[in-house]
Amino acid sequence: MPKVLLDWFYVAVFAVVGTLMAVLPLVVVWLLAPRADLPQKTITYESGVIPFGQAWAQFNVRYYLFALVFVVFDVEVIYLYPWAVVFRQLGTFAFAEMLLFLLVLLVGLAYAWRKGALEWV
Amino acid sequence: MALHTEELMLNMGPQHPSTHGVLRMVVTLDGENIVDVQPDIGYLHSSVEKMMENRTYLQNIALVDRGMDYLSAMANEEVWVLACERLGKIEVPERARYIRTIMLELQRISSHLIWLGTFGIDLGAFTAFLWAMRERERIMDLFESATGGRLHHVYFRLGGVFDDLPEGWTDRCAEFCDYFLDRLPEYDELLTGNPIFLARTQGVGVLPRDTAIALGASGPVARASGVAYDVRKAHPYEIYERVEFEVPVRTEGDCFARYLVRLEEMRQSVRIIRQCLEGLPGGEIRSKVAVTVRLPKGEVYARTESPRGDLGIFLISDGADRPYRVKIRAPAFSNLYALTEMMRGWKVADVIAILGSIDIVLSDVDR
Amino acid sequence: MIEIAIVAVKSALLLFILLTACAYMTLLERRLLGKFQVRYGPNRVGPFGLLQPLADGLKLVFKESFMPAHVDVIVYWLAPAISMVTALFVYAVIPFGPEVMLFGQRVPLRLADVNVGILLVLATSSVGVYGIILGGWSSNNKYSLLGSLRSSAQLISYELALGLAVISVVLTAGSLSLVSIVEAQRRVWFVALQPLGFLIFLIAAVAETNRAPFDLPEAEQELIAGYQTEYGGFKFAMFYIGEYVAIVTMSALLTTLFWGGWWGPVLPGPVWFVLKTLAFVFVFIWLRATLPRVRHDQLMALGWKVLIPLGLLNLVVTAVIVVLRGT
Repeated sequence: MPKVLLDWFYVAVFAVVGTLMAVLPLVVVWLLAPRADLPQKTITYESGVIPFGQAWAQFNVRYYLFALVFVVFDVEVIYLYPWAVVFRQLGTFAFAEMLLFLLVLLVGLAYAWRKGALEWV
Repeated sequence: MALHTEELMLNMGPQHPSTHGVLRMVVTLDGENIVDVQPDIGYLHSSVEKMMENRTYLQNIALVDRGMDYLSAMANEEVWVLACERLGKIEVPERARYIRTIMLELQRISSHLIWLGTFGIDLGAFTAFLWAMRERERIMDLFESATGGRLHHVYFRLGGVFDDLPEGWTDRCAEFCDYFLDRLPEYDELLTGNPIFLARTQGVGVLPRDTAIALGASGPVARASGVAYDVRKAHPYEIYERVEFEVPVRTEGDCFARYLVRLEEMRQSVRIIRQCLEGLPGGEIRSKVAVTVRLPKGEVYARTESPRGDLGIFLISDGADRPYRVKIRAPAFSNLYALTEMMRGWKVADVIAILGSIDIVLSDVDR
Repeated sequence: MIEIAIVAVKSALLLFILLTACAYMTLLERRLLGKFQVRYGPNRVGPFGLLQPLADGLKLVFKESFMPAHVDVIVYWLAPAISMVTALFVYAVIPFGPEVMLFGQRVPLRLADVNVGILLVLATSSVGVYGIILGGWSSNNKYSLLGSLRSSAQLISYELALGLAVISVVLTAGSLSLVSIVEAQRRVWFVALQPLGFLIFLIAAVAETNRAPFDLPEAEQELIAGYQTEYGGFKFAMFYIGEYVAIVTMSALLTTLFWGGWWGPVLPGPVWFVLKTLAFVFVFIWLRATLPRVRHDQLMALGWKVLIPLGLLNLVVTAVIVVLRGT
């Protein structure tokens, strides 16, 4: 197996062992821990009163605008990684290009800021 | 954005880590913003006022001690004996009045320390709490050696105090004053100068001056909103007219102002204690009052400045050995009125900060 | 086949060490908080309380396995497992030391040297937040819901800052492999070249691990226990392990990316690595003992209006310097 693949293979084995580490205790606990599900006991906790209303409501998630901005930025940040690695080989032209790219990013951030997308309303 | 969303009704309390007892708040949320807050009280109602009608005047000292604001027992005892003494025209020896003032101010510091610590916890600064407890422990020790009780003292009596101060107590008290003033700057370093603390408290939960007056707020809450009113100055009792102290007043009306007012009050309390210790006269500590004293027929209203604000007792006697009717004016209850006003428009996280800054004790609110 | 066995044993050993380290981190944290707060902390179980984590672990295993009514059953059980597994997974690629000679063989002190190591770390830790979001949502509890919503908002705000700080390091080192990044710090540690990047990464790391002063998703004073409210027993422990492993991860990353990894005088490499990581763990605990909690909008403002612009600026400055030095 080539070196690169071998390392990935190690990672995969580690992932499997790690998952077992998480699942096995759950099984052990399932077998060992006592259970006593009384109806009063399983009521959802709401500071000591019977819960009213549903938690699964159409809740006002105020920061979905943050989420939109995030998606845009996160994708662009991913583009920066390969550039950063081979930056030295690419020379000044790539540098200028990337500056332009970052400038666009900054303008985008400034626009979102100005439009109030970064305000928690 | 015309996106249809629902408001979420969130219940905070009575079983909640930081509603300071068993206060229940029904918070209506839009996102994390507060649309409305409805405080729901009464979980700790113990009908102290009714119980007092069935106990003698002396027995009632023990009752007001724990039935009301349990963090400032001395202040409760004071207002009760003050009402009785005024109705019965009972003389109090000079030494007892000095001792009472010292105890009251120590109690004020200890109560404010608890507030300071829990306010820190409310904002997530856990260390402040344990530091405040460290200082309070010293006061508890002082109380214990003088009265035998740490939280509930039953120390004041009609016409004086139960017992004289033990040997060396005044020295230890003076020592505490020095120690405490040394420690106070630590809180400035930990909280006052902390940018996060400032961001969480400055401008948050503003109570305008007019609203504070209209809602009957008193004590540090009112003084932080620019109401320069202190019962100790306006209607002096014990020896407050003879000692020098300032009443700290701020005009911002936000959580930070309430914090600063209480911090300064602790400094002023130390100042009062030092003056009392200096001028402490000798002599009797209690005038002769029968155990089952009968107060003359009539009514009286006594008011004091408890750590939480204007604490009053209205007492009616029909000449028997126990009161006919007692009405307690609890400062925490009146201050709680301002809650909804202060909270509207703020965020879930601020609920706790604002509630903490009022400094309520639920047994004082519900009685 | 024997290969798989060796790697499996190696993995299990690494995980065991890691979990033990995390268990003792809880003890360290409680003892240190005790010192900060002029009290003792747990010192009764075993000498210096050293057996306390064991007692805690046993208690959590034998605690009633409790599930509230009205939960989404599958997601409710899945969430803590996601939280824990993703936190552990990161350690596949973190290098603890250079190659050492052991029984006449060259043994690298790491599990794998993947060419996109740092990307893998960032990606995995982002998946980890699913544990929190799903756990909070499936509980059907309002506090949990608010807690998990906060958590997701916090994560997306700080992941960008974290990423930008990392890119500056990648620029300086010229590689995505964590091993190469450490190798590149043989002479100068990157904290000297990237002081701003280090600060951005430190703040973002604290926010990513939901630690004080950014511990909003589990803000006890407001949301009871946030997303953990309806969890108890071992399921709670898994969230807890996830959180503590994440702290160790971030401390290890800070060491690897900015403080020269295993490089250091006199002492052997792995010792230096552990020492530096411990120092950052201490910083995490120190912060918790000192600072109050920020409010949500303040947190978002700090992320978007301060850290991200600063991160971009740092990136540009770094690129310019690299270009100037290259030509």
